[in-house]
Amino acid sequence: MRLNLTDVEKLPSGETSLKDDKRRGMLEKVLKDHDYQESALLEILHGAQEIYGFLDKELLTEIAGVLNIPHSQVYGVATFYSFFKLRKPGEHVVTACLGTACYVKGVEPIIAAIEKEFNLKRGGSTEDGKLSILQTRCIGACAMAPILSVDDVVIGKATKEVVIAHIKKVLGETNSETV
Amino acid sequence: MNLHTLKLKIDGIDVECTEGSTILTAAKAIGINIPTLCYLDGLTPYGGCRLCIVEVSGTSKLFPACATPVASGMEVTTQSPKLYEYRKMVLETLLAERTHICAVCVANDHCELQALANQHGIDHVSYERNWSTNKIDSTHDSLVIDPNRCILCTRCIRVCDELEGVHTLDLKFRGKNADVIMDQDEPWVKACSCTSCRKCAKVCPVGAIYVEGENIETTKIPDVAAFIVERRKRLK
Ligand code: SF4
Ligand code: SF4
Ligand code: FES
Ligand code: FES
Repeated sequence: MRLNLTDVEKLPSGETSLKDDKRRGMLEKVLKDHDYQESALLEILHGAQEIYGFLDKELLTEIAGVLNIPHSQVYGVATFYSFFKLRKPGEHVVTACLGTACYVKGVEPIIAAIEKEFNLKRGGSTEDGKLSILQTRCIGACAMAPILSVDDVVIGKATKEVVIAHIKKVLGETNSETV
Repeated sequence: MNLHTLKLKIDGIDVECTEGSTILTAAKAIGINIPTLCYLDGLTPYGGCRLCIVEVSGTSKLFPACATPVASGMEVTTQSPKLYEYRKMVLETLLAERTHICAVCVANDHCELQALANQHGIDHVSYERNWSTNKIDSTHDSLVIDPNRCILCTRCIRVCDELEGVHTLDLKFRGKNADVIMDQDEPWVKACSCTSCRKCAKVCPVGAIYVEGENIETTKIPDVAAFIVERRKRLK
């Protein structure tokens, strides 16, 4: 009675990845190309993320079911590699370096300030889906620590004022585009 | 099968054992006790905690006894001042990593970590402590997990996978953010694959997984793993 493993809770965003028929067909092809082999889990997750942009629980449940791999194991693998995204990224993405140098140089209070200013949590997105914050490990530019990037723009020796102003600018640009 | 017999020395004593045995089992066979934490008889060795570290002559590298196969002519040392200090350090880092306050723990006096810390004369932690405040999950009818006491030994994960067979448990993320999860990080009550067998609580060396309202002495039976493996031999 409890064993209804496909009945997963939807993500808070209500995004369910598996509705789209065309993408569904592509996923099927990826699975088939790998012969539904458990050993190809990484490649299959990779392919699935390419198709859907991110891996939500419903998608992971589906993959776990088809490959007959325990759900916790698939989730474990998907969270082990920071390459995999478990949530739909926002339209604009702030990435903060949490490497040692950036940490020591105070990236943490900058992240906290962004969270407060735009009302979102690290790893998540704003309610309107316009902005999200991701964390990464050392990106190899420690001399410029603390480092954050907003979409493709990298901000070195960042301060919260500069980063927040830049995010506001980026968000403002979208608004004017859509008006 | 044609398993060769190997000869080696452990703490100066000659030992003969079959190829493929680990240093830990070879030592046990001659009554030498190497401290272990993540290792549990009946489960696949994980080699994660590094408490069982030993010295092997000819190299300055230290080896985890539970996960290192014996080799012919090996000379192993299981006790030395260096190893003692090293093991102390391992235990202290484990204590520092999360919120271990024995006095308020369900497993007080029945905890393998606490017992090992006592054996190694640890009365305080010399590292900066991380007072973790992860959420306790008590949604299950009887089982509770308090991640703040978890030492990530993966015994629960291995027993759930290898002996119960359902693999409800696994680890999410890695490093500092790692934690034990149920299914896809669901609250335990929603983890559909869990059969509520309680083996995870039985083998947990600390007070991280326990049965609500049950005397901890009744719950903790880590030998259950070896027992099941033995009984299963009847099935073949
Ligand atoms: S109670 Fe049994 S099935 Fe459930 S998580 Fe623990 S070991 Fe796995
Ligand atoms: S819950 Fe217990 S058995 Fe499981 S990993 Fe943590 S300490 Fe080990
Ligand atoms: S720590 Fe941030 S770039 Fe190296
Ligand atoms: S007991 Fe050998 S590494 Fe943990």
